[in-house]
Amino acid sequence: MSARLAVLGGVYSNHLALREVIAGIARRGVDQAWCLGDLGGFGPHPDRSVALLRESGMPMLRGNYDDSIGHDRADCACGYTDPRDNAFAQRSYDYTVARTAAEHKTWMRDLPEQQRLTLAGRRVLLCHGSPRRVNEFLWESACSDAFLESLCDTAEADLMVCGHTGLHWHRPLPSGRHVVNVGAIGRPANDGRTEVWYAGLELDGAVRVEFHPVAYNYEALAREMEAERLPAEFVTTIRTGWWTTCLENLPAKERMRGRY
Amino acid sequence: MSLLQDQHPAPPPYPEQPLVHLDVLWIQVAGTLCNLRCTHCFVSCGPGEDRHALMSRDEVRARVAEALPLGVKEFYFTGGEPFVHPQMLGIIADTLQHGPCTVLTNGTLFADRLVVSLRELSHLSRYSLEIRVSLDGYRAEEHDAFRGAGSFERALAGVVALSGHGLLPIVTVTQNTDEDARRFRERYLDMLRVAGVSRPRLKVLPMFQLGREVARTRGYRAPETLADLPAQAFDPHRLQCGSCRAVTSQGVFVCPLLVDEPGGRMGARLGEALGPFSLSHGACYTCYVTGMTCANG
Repeated sequence: MSARLAVLGGVYSNHLALREVIAGIARRGVDQAWCLGDLGGFGPHPDRSVALLRESGMPMLRGNYDDSIGHDRADCACGYTDPRDNAFAQRSYDYTVARTAAEHKTWMRDLPEQQRLTLAGRRVLLCHGSPRRVNEFLWESACSDAFLESLCDTAEADLMVCGHTGLHWHRPLPSGRHVVNVGAIGRPANDGRTEVWYAGLELDGAVRVEFHPVAYNYEALAREMEAERLPAEFVTTIRTGWWTTCLENLPAKERMRGRY
Repeated sequence: MSLLQDQHPAPPPYPEQPLVHLDVLWIQVAGTLCNLRCTHCFVSCGPGEDRHALMSRDEVRARVAEALPLGVKEFYFTGGEPFVHPQMLGIIADTLQHGPCTVLTNGTLFADRLVVSLRELSHLSRYSLEIRVSLDGYRAEEHDAFRGAGSFERALAGVVALSGHGLLPIVTVTQNTDEDARRFRERYLDMLRVAGVSRPRLKVLPMFQLGREVARTRGYRAPETLADLPAQAFDPHRLQCGSCRAVTSQGVFVCPLLVDEPGGRMGARLGEALGPFSLSHGACYTCYVTGMTCANG
């Protein structure tokens, strides 16, 4: 018995990338595809991504951004402390909350925060940030094996799949369990490339994880963002692949790999 | 029974903070030994201060080994000044095998060879090595008033050297003026950029009325307490003591701030220090009101 899974997260209103990812998943053929949340923010025309995802029938978890938008909360609950980061995050949030249809907000409110699956005899937990907090950042270089093992213990999971940070990684643990962060399809992975990433997982006797880069018309997205007067710093990220804002939470190792 | 109650009045109803999970282990590796004697040091460290002794490399290994089965996420080294410890590089190397490490330093002891060694350790590990350098002013006159003549120049040179080797140090500053928070940050960031730090990282901490700061300004006052905080208003996820413990040569303490304060010690071993903590100290009030954490995030 085996199972093939595609998991994506962090759409951030990048409807052009989302369209390519959905098409790519269909071409590959999987047993299940999941979105781990954070449909809005950063990019333009948030309702386009919501409509695309809902039309695709792909099940989705409620990320912190979806929770905030769904409930018309005051901010995205990303938890930045740097006033510059907060100002960018707020601009983006205010834009998104004002342009998300009421019916989409109702749908977001009712999404589950986590999902448990049993695939190829393994207990799988899908979550947005971490099993214990929807907006917890699990950065690869900032999580000891001991900590990830402890999260798997508490969550009673053999495979934990999360997102929220926007950077993808996979860690096989000493116990034989696995943690996968699927990254984001809404903005590049701070690697100087314009592609965005999602995860393909294959489970049988083993767990195999492959991250897929997805090329899309980033220049068209950049122009849409400019037309919507979204921050120029965000547009730079789309065009260059380097993060320019909201860097304060990045641990040293992840920050060193970037340009800013 | 009523007599007994009269003789031993019930303590004030301070909130009890459970240890939700041990995310962070603070290791006061240098004890109270430091090459500086800062006027606001909340643990009154300095040359010859040995209330908490240096921890040996084996002692640190043992503490780390105790923390791993508890699911510890990351390790922080502090003092005193960690780089007065003759085995500090070995201790960092040992600990980076198990998880991310942050070293809190005054930045005054960064010879080139040390910075190169830190860069090597950082590159060799899959975990992040964060170096946090403390500043108490964006100009020498403010900083040196706290830390001693010449310390600003040396600390800034340390930050520049770390930055030049790509280590991206975090500059930790105390909010010791009433200046607007945004303007306060901008002043530091501007100063660091001018000094040649191209990608400055900044963490701002509040002042604590502890240690030498009590003599410099004042201690905690009676209203600065969490006594009588309504139970429904208490958020057990707000305080760092819900996710950390601090170890020194003297045992296990609730957090890195209270290692010299009455009631701060919780046991000899981590296993004895996992229970709830009564938030009776003035510093608990500062942490709760500001929502601060000594950790990087």
